[in-house]
Amino acid sequence: MAVTTLTGAPVAAPRRARRGAAVPYLLLVPGLLWLVVFFVVPMVSLASQSLQTGDVDNGYTMTWNFATYADALSTYWPQLLRSLIYAGIATLLTLALGYPLAWFIAHRSGRYKNFLLVLVIAPFFTSFLIRTLAWQTILGDSGLLAQIALRTHTDFLLTGFKEGLKAVGLINNDQLLFSPFAVICGLTYNFLPFMVLPLYSNLERLDHRLVEAAGDLYASPVQAFRRVIWPLSLPGVVAGTLLTFIPAAGDYINSVLLGSTRTVMIGQVIDAQFLRVLDYPTAAALSFILMLIIVAFVITYVRRAGTEELV
Amino acid sequence: MNDHDNLASRAAFARGLISRRTAMMSAAGVGAAALLAACGSSGKNPTAGSATSAKKTAAAAQDMSDTEKVINWSNWPSYIDVDDKTKARPSLDAFTKQTGIKVNYTEDYNDNDEFYAKVRPLLDAGSDTGRDVWCSTDWMVARLIRLGYVQKLDLANIPNHANLEDALTQVTFDPGRLYSLPWQSGFAGIAYNPKATGGKKVESVDQLLTDPALKGKVTLLTEMRDTVGLVLMAMGKKIESFTDADFDAAIAELQKAKEAGQIKGFTGNDYTKPLASGDTAACFAWTGDVVQLRADNPNLGYTLPTTGCTLWSDNFVIPALAKHKKNAEKLINYYYDPKVMAQVVDYVNYISPVKGTKAILQVSDPSVSSNELIFPSADTLSRAHVFRGLTAEEETKYNRKFQALVTG
Repeated sequence: MAVTTLTGAPVAAPRRARRGAAVPYLLLVPGLLWLVVFFVVPMVSLASQSLQTGDVDNGYTMTWNFATYADALSTYWPQLLRSLIYAGIATLLTLALGYPLAWFIAHRSGRYKNFLLVLVIAPFFTSFLIRTLAWQTILGDSGLLAQIALRTHTDFLLTGFKEGLKAVGLINNDQLLFSPFAVICGLTYNFLPFMVLPLYSNLERLDHRLVEAAGDLYASPVQAFRRVIWPLSLPGVVAGTLLTFIPAAGDYINSVLLGSTRTVMIGQVIDAQFLRVLDYPTAAALSFILMLIIVAFVITYVRRAGTEELV
Repeated sequence: MNDHDNLASRAAFARGLISRRTAMMSAAGVGAAALLAACGSSGKNPTAGSATSAKKTAAAAQDMSDTEKVINWSNWPSYIDVDDKTKARPSLDAFTKQTGIKVNYTEDYNDNDEFYAKVRPLLDAGSDTGRDVWCSTDWMVARLIRLGYVQKLDLANIPNHANLEDALTQVTFDPGRLYSLPWQSGFAGIAYNPKATGGKKVESVDQLLTDPALKGKVTLLTEMRDTVGLVLMAMGKKIESFTDADFDAAIAELQKAKEAGQIKGFTGNDYTKPLASGDTAACFAWTGDVVQLRADNPNLGYTLPTTGCTLWSDNFVIPALAKHKKNAEKLINYYYDPKVMAQVVDYVNYISPVKGTKAILQVSDPSVSSNELIFPSADTLSRAHVFRGLTAEEETKYNRKFQALVTG
């Protein structure tokens, strides 16, 4: 480096430029290699697997059997639809819970900001499985929630809550556990940090003077939120909803541990087809269908939200 | 900022991008098709005459047992004696002391299907799995034998195999016990929590599937052979010799109970927590789990239905190309000594497959030797049956029907 700066500028400049031109591409190599090995190759083999026919004993051959897709879709569309609905509800709930929380941490927490952020991530210090099992303890018939209601003599509230859930079909009988309600609770809880963190990093950058200006121009707090804060926070909202919705739609642990035979999600079906039935083409086709639905969703969503900064 | 300019240029850019993108996509389409096809042909070709169900034989590797004094053993978690203080495994340590062979004991066998998914690509490609011995459940042994993924045991190295319990010597999936020897056995039956059943006993499969007192609080097992097996026997069928029609009838019975809302779900070992808390009132359950649950909660009830219960074993098998086959056989021989097996059973509380274990425990730990779930009486054993071995087609067909029930 010292040599180039000491030698004459006309000689050094082109050499530096040439070397500089190669550097960004060289820096890309590890990332690209990673993507090729761990994304493109598995994707191609998955696509290939989904079009093959055969069985485990005799091996699989490529027969371009697109019928697998039609069969898989016609058999498992209810589970697919259910996964998207559960993930959608869980995403809306994380947004409703996460937005005020992120706002509070970003603007109102003062010197506790870092501490609160650590608290948001703290559940990640234990395993996904343990965190999900915790909901069995909370929602069980003699679980935490029931105990609290009993001790504080507010059982009538809990009973009313259950009646409400039953009316909208989120629980089947008198159990909170092993119901769509429990599965959605688990999903919401497990993916909440994925919503809070992008929202926080977005809201933290929000220029408070804009909110003040809105107030100066006689905007009510609601109007200021609707016309100033919300539009500015959209990139955070989009990032958060994507990070929550995508893994939630493919999740199956929550449904296995907190759900019932009536809450089966597509992840469980793929797991069963791949590991238990050993029907690799159907499992691959279902994975691909789920992926295509999510990609289509992401594209329309990002376009409609109009957040170019994100992409 | 001029918004119009911005929008216009963006639109133009988009137009350009789209035309370029479509061109790229059609090119990529052609390339992808070739790539996908290549994937198929590079995959495993079906063997000539795939209709014949001729058994494939497992390849043997050159045995390094004499030069490398090690064994790599994969087993299920919490499935061997452990010293609670030192966390050492006394029976394994004694084996190493006796023979000079070091055992790399790994608890990476959590689930038959998962473990199979892990080792299949290696076995399929004809490469060493890095393991010399592991313990698979009966039906998985059947599949491994069928696919030629496990080797015949050299019984000359296992003189103690004569100690195998008579009830386990003749099994349909491995006639003559050429490939496998049981490590531990157990029953699947019905467990219930009296707190959640209102003090009621659950004594039959029929009651489990129809009693309104249990509605929505029943779980069954994701292990097809246990769940369907128990139902088949309750219907009066023999699980050693049932037909396709019997199987379908059992599935229909289960489907009916599921649609009536009687069954809440299908589980692996994770039924234990809700059962203990009372969120599950009654379920199909395995003996070993129940013995352990009862240590904390003596009120839990357990029924081995009079119509019959399933008996399963996890069996030692030696995979193709295992490098230390002879050492592994020495290990199996060691555990077939009743004194050693007694030590293991005293800790894990499953059913011993080795004759003479009970006599030793009667002296050393009578509470275990008198436990009906660990040392079943002749009467109980006469009600225990082993699910018959399935052909490849049957296995696929039955799994498909059962999973349609579980995830449908």
